[in-house]
Amino acid sequence: MDNKTKNIMIVGVGGQGSLLASKLLGQLFLGEGYDVKVSEVHGMSQRGGSVVTYVRYGEKVYSPVIDKGEADGIVSFELLEAARWLPWLKKGGVVVTNTQRIDPMPVITGAASYPDKLVEKMKAKGVKVDAMDCLKLAEEAGTAKAVNLVLLGRLSHYFTFPDEAWDRAIERVVPKKFLEVNKKAFAMGKA
Amino acid sequence: MKQLLLGNEAVARGLYEAGVCFVSSYPGTPSTEITEAAAKYDEIYCEWAPNEKVAMESAFGACLAGRRAFCGQKHVGLNVAADPLYTMSYTGVNAGLVIGVADDAGMHSSQNEQDSRHHAIAAKVPMLEPSDAAEALEFTKTAYEISEEFDTPVLLKMCTRVSHSQSVVEPGERKEIEKKYEKDIAKYVMMPGNAKRRHPIVEKRTEALREYAEKSPLNRMEILDTSIGIITSSTSYQYVKEVFGDRASVLKLGITNPLPDKLIKEFAGKVEKLAVVEELDPIIEEHVRSLGLAVQGKDKLPLIDEFSQNQIAEAFGLPVPESIALEDDIPMRPPVMCAGCPHRGLFYALKKNRCTVLGDIGCYTLGAVAPLGAMEMTLCMGASIGAAHGFNKILGAEAERHTVAVIGDSTFVHSGMTGLANVAYNQSNSTVVILDNSITGMTGHQQNPTTGYNIKGDPAGKIDLEALVRAMGIERIRVVDPYDLKACDEAIKEELQADEPSVIISRRPCALLKYVKHKPPLSVDRDKCIGCKACMQIGCPAISMKDGKAHVDETLCVGCGVCTQLCPKEAFNG
Repeated sequence: MDNKTKNIMIVGVGGQGSLLASKLLGQLFLGEGYDVKVSEVHGMSQRGGSVVTYVRYGEKVYSPVIDKGEADGIVSFELLEAARWLPWLKKGGVVVTNTQRIDPMPVITGAASYPDKLVEKMKAKGVKVDAMDCLKLAEEAGTAKAVNLVLLGRLSHYFTFPDEAWDRAIERVVPKKFLEVNKKAFAMGKA
Repeated sequence: MKQLLLGNEAVARGLYEAGVCFVSSYPGTPSTEITEAAAKYDEIYCEWAPNEKVAMESAFGACLAGRRAFCGQKHVGLNVAADPLYTMSYTGVNAGLVIGVADDAGMHSSQNEQDSRHHAIAAKVPMLEPSDAAEALEFTKTAYEISEEFDTPVLLKMCTRVSHSQSVVEPGERKEIEKKYEKDIAKYVMMPGNAKRRHPIVEKRTEALREYAEKSPLNRMEILDTSIGIITSSTSYQYVKEVFGDRASVLKLGITNPLPDKLIKEFAGKVEKLAVVEELDPIIEEHVRSLGLAVQGKDKLPLIDEFSQNQIAEAFGLPVPESIALEDDIPMRPPVMCAGCPHRGLFYALKKNRCTVLGDIGCYTLGAVAPLGAMEMTLCMGASIGAAHGFNKILGAEAERHTVAVIGDSTFVHSGMTGLANVAYNQSNSTVVILDNSITGMTGHQQNPTTGYNIKGDPAGKIDLEALVRAMGIERIRVVDPYDLKACDEAIKEELQADEPSVIISRRPCALLKYVKHKPPLSVDRDKCIGCKACMQIGCPAISMKDGKAHVDETLCVGCGVCTQLCPKEAFNG
């Protein structure tokens, strides 16, 4: 890992649990001795809107946000959101995405349509896309709410941090009574 | 030990360490978490006040009594509290008083993007602007020292990107501060004779504060490459450092009112070219220009929206990274009322009755978006009732039969009550719907005077809305369950026809409250569904059309049953 600031974006639909994921990454990078900034969205957009969280770490981090063309990784809770935020990805960056589809209101009302074959289209642009049905894996782990840990398990492939570092971060942010199911979800995402 | 804290949490930590004993606030994004985090410290008494004006007056009383006090709000909240603020500038304080104000450039969750620095200048009080969480903690403590040393309330200005970004802080210890209250009529009773003697003190204080700002470590020069010098503050400082690194010198201002003239001139003398990078209005820029210095600023960067690193890079002719996009149109994903939201049924009934709905600030503002589209005005906290009164007075009986003011429980107590007093007193035949979902919803579930609980979740006083409305002299009051579409329809029809003011209380707790028990999700009998889309008129995010028939997303549906009342074929099972 060089000293240049690294950028991870977490995107999804308000209410999907992206705040826990960003908190966990923040603890991970802090625990590994980096300067960290995590920028969240609160308020109106949380009501089912498109939400984005920026996580940055390095020797010294200035801006709390990530701009177009800067993200080393985009972690997406929903497929359309991965496509929406794709312009923020750095050349050579990776998209780790849940394949779940949640129709936004303009699609529900018929005013717009949900684009098809998004994974293929992103790949055709030369983007490295790591897509999986995280909802199914989370349910197998024991709760649909653990989609965030499945995604992070998958994301862990792209870092060289030891397993113990991830474990410590998980233990710091996940409440004790949900620890087992979340660790299981993380392991399933990682597998 | 190093910790990651939100800017707002770091302010709360600063309040704790500064020995603050009293916090009174009204929630508002992006300021809310300051007070929520402060409430976790047993040493600090914290409360949600009915509105920002009451919060600020309460904090003033606490500082008068001799304990350090705080009140927090969003930018538009400071407008509500401007009245006490401007005169507190004259009285000064006893123990320290700091006022937190969080701006929302970019309007992530606001109705305008006004720049709070104008209030600091107009009220003649100092303003500190941290640029990350570590500074938020330090500046909060310094703000109390300034408040007591200069006998003034101090504004601590946050913004969305400082309030809602976590960064690394190192917490310290708490220090207790106690002062005695002493009667001082000439200082604290602001009638003309006394205020005339206080105003010159305020002007002298500003000059003393300007001298302080010249030397304060909160304002600092970073002299690096001197081909360009950038004056900046708050989150803009972070973007400037991100873009320029060592390629520019920076004057970072932590105190943005009053501005340090000598320091600015000294900095200008060290660099070849001078620029100001500040979000929203050109306040620093115009001040720099008033000192006779040539400076660039809003000729390069916009007056609107928040900044980002690429935007600043482009403005200064620096390269930005390449980016990739798909050719497809990506449909927007605007926020929507949640599945099971109790506001939905009521708004459907308003739409069905073709009402002209004058709205207010809260989750229910989402009643304005498709497919409901059932709100025609939203202005500020409490405006719905006042506006309906004026609308009806001008258009008369014809308007009174279809015009409705819609306001939430917390917003009603905040500043809708006084609008209703006007309806009752000046007798407009207005119909008001109070959407009582037993919580302050949009800002993330804060208690309010109608819920019966305080900020810590303990039992508290509870305003009886029906009794309150009746006490104002309004006799037509009825309560409906917004999940019951027929009851909503009848109530709206009857109250609009009545020849006197009326209040409908649409009462059901927010579906996201933990104590609310949900029914099992519904499902659609595809044999019965005729694909008529009647159920699609309510904009429920759990319902969509799949292969020509309605489909319920069972991970979202909470079984509220509003859709079943619209279905002509009883196709919903549940």
